[in-house]
Amino acid sequence: MQAVSKNKSLRVGEVGLVVVLAALALGSLFIAVKTIEPAFAFHMGLGALCSALGVFAIFQRYKGRPAGATPLEIDGKPNYNFGPVKFSSLMALFWGLAGMAVGIYLAFELAFPWLNLEPWFNFGRLRPLHTSAVIFAFGGNVLLATSFYVVQRTCRARLAGDLAPWFVVLGYNFFILIAGTGYLLGITEAKEYAEPEWYSDLWLTIVWVTYLLVFLGTILRRKEPHIFVANWFYLAFIITIAMLHLGNNATVPISVFSSKSVIVWSGVQDAMFQWWYGHNAVGFFLTAGFLAIMYYFVPKRAERPIYSYRLSIIHFWALIFLYIWAGPHHLHYTALPDWAQTLGMTFSLMLWMPSWGGMINGLLTLSGAWDKLRTDPVLRMLVVSVAFYGMSTFEGPVMAIKTVNSLSHYTDWTVGHVHSGALGWVAYVSFGALYCMIPWLWNKQLYSLRLVNWHFWVSTLGIVLYITSMWVSGILQGLMWRSYTPQGYLEYSFIETVAAMHPFYVIRGIGGVLFITGYLLMIYNVWMTIRSGEEAVPVGQPSMQPAE
Amino acid sequence: MSVNSQTPKMSGFFAKHHIIERNPFLLMLGILIMVAIGGIVQIVPLFYLQSTVEKVEGMRPYTPLEIAGRNIYLREGCYLCHSQMIRSLRDEVERYGHYSLAAESMYDHPFQWGSKRNGPDLARVGLKYTDSWHLAHLTNPRSVVPQSIMPTYAFLSNTELDTRELVDVMKANRYVGVPYTDEDIAKAVSDVKAQVNPDGPDAQDLVKRYPKAQVRKFDADTPTVTEADAVIAYLQMLGTLVDFKVYDDKANLR
Repeated sequence: MQAVSKNKSLRVGEVGLVVVLAALALGSLFIAVKTIEPAFAFHMGLGALCSALGVFAIFQRYKGRPAGATPLEIDGKPNYNFGPVKFSSLMALFWGLAGMAVGIYLAFELAFPWLNLEPWFNFGRLRPLHTSAVIFAFGGNVLLATSFYVVQRTCRARLAGDLAPWFVVLGYNFFILIAGTGYLLGITEAKEYAEPEWYSDLWLTIVWVTYLLVFLGTILRRKEPHIFVANWFYLAFIITIAMLHLGNNATVPISVFSSKSVIVWSGVQDAMFQWWYGHNAVGFFLTAGFLAIMYYFVPKRAERPIYSYRLSIIHFWALIFLYIWAGPHHLHYTALPDWAQTLGMTFSLMLWMPSWGGMINGLLTLSGAWDKLRTDPVLRMLVVSVAFYGMSTFEGPVMAIKTVNSLSHYTDWTVGHVHSGALGWVAYVSFGALYCMIPWLWNKQLYSLRLVNWHFWVSTLGIVLYITSMWVSGILQGLMWRSYTPQGYLEYSFIETVAAMHPFYVIRGIGGVLFITGYLLMIYNVWMTIRSGEEAVPVGQPSMQPAE
Repeated sequence: MSVNSQTPKMSGFFAKHHIIERNPFLLMLGILIMVAIGGIVQIVPLFYLQSTVEKVEGMRPYTPLEIAGRNIYLREGCYLCHSQMIRSLRDEVERYGHYSLAAESMYDHPFQWGSKRNGPDLARVGLKYTDSWHLAHLTNPRSVVPQSIMPTYAFLSNTELDTRELVDVMKANRYVGVPYTDEDIAKAVSDVKAQVNPDGPDAQDLVKRYPKAQVRKFDADTPTVTEADAVIAYLQMLGTLVDFKVYDDKANLR
């Protein structure tokens, strides 16, 4: 062993990353000392600390690792790199809990305003924390974990890069930490869903480019001639998010010693950029990325091939082409020129078709395996997620019609619509994927399918309460705003329409509590699976709950 | 164009798709082209079509106190519950005033049109309420609107306004196109004091450079310049710059 360790030397990547992190630590420390903003100093201090920890971790890893390059294959089988996948899966579970808990708190703040604790826990500061935590932290970690899992499995190759995959997952979660704490401290660009300030954005850009390189590098190592359809969707997601991020966050820092920056765009152009970004954060982060999950996990769990290969191709290209145009439907009847609004509405309507093409492709993959829905609650969760996807991608185009939008815009209907997609589609397909993947990763059997069944029903009830209450409150408030007395005066003052929302806000909050209750069952189930679950059956057949 | 006649052609297309499926760089190029088109068509013309932003009398950059207030508005996430965009719908125009013009947010980096009205639209809230109403409302909204669900912002009037970064904020705004003069930037901090002191010597100069700027002590409870001063100054100017008695809708038909 002594002889081996003598020959061991640091790899180029290790030296490079140590140098970069050391420079980053010093730079952050310098800024932390010089800035007059305590919150910015805190962030820069965190940056310095985490960079230093990174350097430490690289040396610790070096001590423990064998000399020479990590083998790409062992006994002719790919030597998969599942460490970063496991990490991201667990981080997803953690952030999901945090994000949903904040969401519930916000829901009750709207019903009971005394819950606002100024300044940190006021609605305006907490709300970006909720959206970022569930979309970017929970959703993002699910996407990182599944993409790194799927790309390795479908290419039958080890993840490209040595430290790079770890840099991506750790760097991404550091971004979340900075962004989230920043909101509470009042650091924000004040652009919805793109609130992180310039330095977080810059860091995310570096992480994201590395992510693309790792993903692409793994595809280049593939043993299969074809790139599997899920990977097309992951690629589209990674590339488009990079484009959107750079376009919408073009910003000028007022100084390197300040967290504050000024967006390059203004007024109507900024609005267009924002919703080009905002709607396609939905289209590519929350749709393309999670469709990739559908294309891998649904066939895998149902043990059936994807329904139609041709439909996959049409679905893919039509979806990514049409989605980008839909942004202006967030700006109907505003000061955005009419031609742009009309384009946005038209393309939103057309988008219905590829969306349902994808839904059909996912659902019909179960042809001949529908009976499994009765016995396998994990598959049921995946399938119901696709059904919710179908429902919200129908509701979306309807709401994008200008006349409907004149009623729905600025109301809770939008909030309900988002959550039918977010809870029903994104969260459910993520839960399904995690229930599949975590036992595969740890080579265990899932602790309890009964608990999955409970999770499914409790959270479904929660979603139903959530969506229906928001439909009622949204449409009610929209109608109250435009209601006239017979004499031709506006019938309600604004505050009367706010007061009318109260019971629905309470019901929505209860819906959220049910949803998180199901989620807690999942966390317990995953915990027990990893800690004490039985070793998986070697064949890898998922064991089924007997039909009742 | 029956379905049957198309089928052989389709299979040709699908056969060709194999080329893209085997080459990740071609695939990435294809994706990039497909996702770039929509954005290019919708965004780029907004920068050069003259009709996008109307020609309007009265728009001017924010005074230093107003922009400081606006930054607090951003910091507290007010945009998450209050829109600043009156749509061209009868009930909105009757409730809030003339529908919003693109020109009215031309100096807004970033824009604050919002997307949800947990509270009312604020595009024209300026001069609708008194300063003392705003102060009471920010301190405890339910003291003036019993059914309000707005959070309290009592700390604003207890916090002195930090003007140390104001010059940098204005410089960055000028860099991205807001027409601040050298004089405006040099006087940023003294302008803040001037705007809360109507009897001071610099009030006239401020109003000359920033027409229609309202000069008075907005937060009357505290002698120093507080964050509440800044926020109320910002709220009180919203929608007051363009005079809709003389504005001609027809001149800007597009």
